[in-house]
Amino acid sequence: MLSHLNLEATELRLGLPGSDDLPSTNKRPSPEDHQTPPAPKAQIVGWPPVKSYRKSTAAAKSAEAESGMYVKVSMDGAPYLRKIDIKLYDGYSHLLTALEDMFKLSIGEYSEREGYKGSEYAPAYEDKDGDLMLVGDVPWEMFMSSCKRLRIMRGADARGLASAQH
Amino acid sequence: MAYSFPEEVLELVLSFLRSDRDRNAVSLVCWSWYEIERWCRHRLFIGNCYAVSPEIVIRRFPEVRAVEMKGKPHFADFNLVPEGWGGYVQPWIRAMAASYPSLEEIRLKRMVVTDESLDLIARSFKYFKVLVLSSCEGFTTDGLASIAANCRNLREIDLRESEVEDLSGHWLSHFPDNCTSLVSLNMSCLGSEVSFPALERLVGRCPSLRTLQLNRAVPLEKLPNLLHRAPQLVEFGTGAYSAEIRPDIYSNVAEAFSVCKQLRGLSGFWDVVPAYIPAMYSACAGITSLDLIYAAIQSPDLVKLISLCPRLQCLWVLDYIEDAGLEALAASCKDLQELRVFPSDPFEAEANVALTEQGLVSVSEGCPKLQSVLYFCRQMSNAALITIARNRPEMVRFRLCIIEPQAPDYLTLEPLDTGFGAIVENCKQLRRLSMSGLLTDRVFEYIGKHAKKLEMLSIAFAGDSDMGLDHVLSGCDSLRKLEIRDCPFGDKALLANAAKLETMRSLWMSSCLVSYGACKLLAQKMPRLNVEVIDERGHPNSRPETCPVEKLYIYRTVAGRRVDMPDFIWTMDKDAGNPEAFVSNGAVEMVGDA
Repeated sequence: MLSHLNLEATELRLGLPGSDDLPSTNKRPSPEDHQTPPAPKAQIVGWPPVKSYRKSTAAAKSAEAESGMYVKVSMDGAPYLRKIDIKLYDGYSHLLTALEDMFKLSIGEYSEREGYKGSEYAPAYEDKDGDLMLVGDVPWEMFMSSCKRLRIMRGADARGLASAQH
Repeated sequence: MAYSFPEEVLELVLSFLRSDRDRNAVSLVCWSWYEIERWCRHRLFIGNCYAVSPEIVIRRFPEVRAVEMKGKPHFADFNLVPEGWGGYVQPWIRAMAASYPSLEEIRLKRMVVTDESLDLIARSFKYFKVLVLSSCEGFTTDGLASIAANCRNLREIDLRESEVEDLSGHWLSHFPDNCTSLVSLNMSCLGSEVSFPALERLVGRCPSLRTLQLNRAVPLEKLPNLLHRAPQLVEFGTGAYSAEIRPDIYSNVAEAFSVCKQLRGLSGFWDVVPAYIPAMYSACAGITSLDLIYAAIQSPDLVKLISLCPRLQCLWVLDYIEDAGLEALAASCKDLQELRVFPSDPFEAEANVALTEQGLVSVSEGCPKLQSVLYFCRQMSNAALITIARNRPEMVRFRLCIIEPQAPDYLTLEPLDTGFGAIVENCKQLRRLSMSGLLTDRVFEYIGKHAKKLEMLSIAFAGDSDMGLDHVLSGCDSLRKLEIRDCPFGDKALLANAAKLETMRSLWMSSCLVSYGACKLLAQKMPRLNVEVIDERGHPNSRPETCPVEKLYIYRTVAGRRVDMPDFIWTMDKDAGNPEAFVSNGAVEMVGDA
């Protein structure tokens, strides 16, 4: 019944992302490591265990610099939502690639005039005023500060959105 | 015996029993005592909303006036419980609206509360007095408006740490002009500005107001308006504690604080401007509780402040306090019972402040009444933990988070087993323990052997094998809640200790090695448990039975499997031959396990 567990067959990893074994020594970068700039440290979900609303209030940081700008992402037809941290992305293409990965779909090319023409799905978001907007129209920084929620719409519904906004 | 106490006498005697444990014990003596007790239990505590159903509760306890209930597992605080998990209060409110017309108090923690629920509360309970929503979500300020408008006798509305959709600040204006009963108002979690004139008037007409916790949007300059109208305040939470540096603002604020002679607790202090800190000095002599977790105050200013608070019993502070500040705390505050030090920059690997294990050691040396600790730091040693354990054997709650997972003793590079071992061996009254750092199965051996009063244990990135879990489950006699993440604990220990799980409120395991097959087996062995598998990769059937599940939540229940789960949670099937519908004596323990 309880046969030997083959860890490699599962996708679960113990230990930190990016490490291949359970580290047993304190990992501090050695001086030689400073040749290449260190990759941004992947955050472990829920660690350290601080409640999300208790963000850092360091005097040097403004409210925008707090770690984590989580928004809910829904996809038309999917039974449950996801949550992503927009701060982890450095621009629209990065974000859209991540969404394509997460939901296993293709989003296609953005054009100001026609939105996401030719793709099955198009990304939209709810802004501060509660309006549904097509992702990509405004500069990335403005999007980051005004996006409250993301919604991946079916292409047909979204085309209505694109033409309504232009 | 040919005679027995008249019921009225027994009922009078029972009315002196406040603790649920005592009442549960009384209920087990005989059926007539069970009957008498259930008719006179007016306060209900339900530690897990899924352990029992509204119908069972209402059938057993017909005269309830106060309900306290908890929903999501504790790890929901750290985003480990996916959205949509459950914890909906609506079915409870609906049932209680029909059966408890005299309900006065509702206290909820980690539950999903909708505007519909709040509206139903507001309209169903004529004598409603107390609403406490701690770490709840799902409602908007519209729901609050309904409570404000309809609850004629409202005494307490406390939204601590809840996520409220802030549609507008106007909800506060819905308190009618003849509402003068408010004793406690905590709106610190709200984002938007409330109508200040409405707030002023409300505060001014409630002479019994003892607790007022504002939100960040209330500016510092307005504080005097409120404090002058409520000089009797005992607990006060400021809004943003910043303003242009002007002598008139300063003197107004300072004067307002001096007028409040009963102040015992202070909180708030968003965006602190250091120049304004001395304005609160007049309150310090009497202060017993100080919550500075939103305040970016540097160590020297903190030292000055704390040295003026000799009566301090509870301090929540950021790690800006540093070792030096904690030393000052140890020197000044001999009444200190509870200390929580939070990280100002939790996601930074390198330390941004000079806070180490030494700060905690100093406090453990200097504060003889210290019994409750929550401490975030970046280095720890066995020597420090052993010292702390020997200094404070009466410790009751000890939660240590070393920010780097699996960090060893920084001096010896060994695991921290002996350090935590010393904690459990010396602190015989320990009820709650959270561990971190590099830990092997050895630490669990110590815990199983010594931690006999331990009720709640939190483990992360620790242990080597199933033996670790086995030590805990077989040794910790008082264990009620166990939460584990990222540990190599699997099927063997869980199945070998299946019966133990029915003596506990709940077990959470995520990113461990418990297989789907074991979950199914456990559920069949233990029909009075709900074994819930949470897996966002799709149904476990689509993977081999030996494949570990992502997350597992197991809890005892007399309510059977729940029906409100999202698509990524499955309750394992129980043995078909075992009826779940009857209420056994297990249920007596279930309702009111504190």
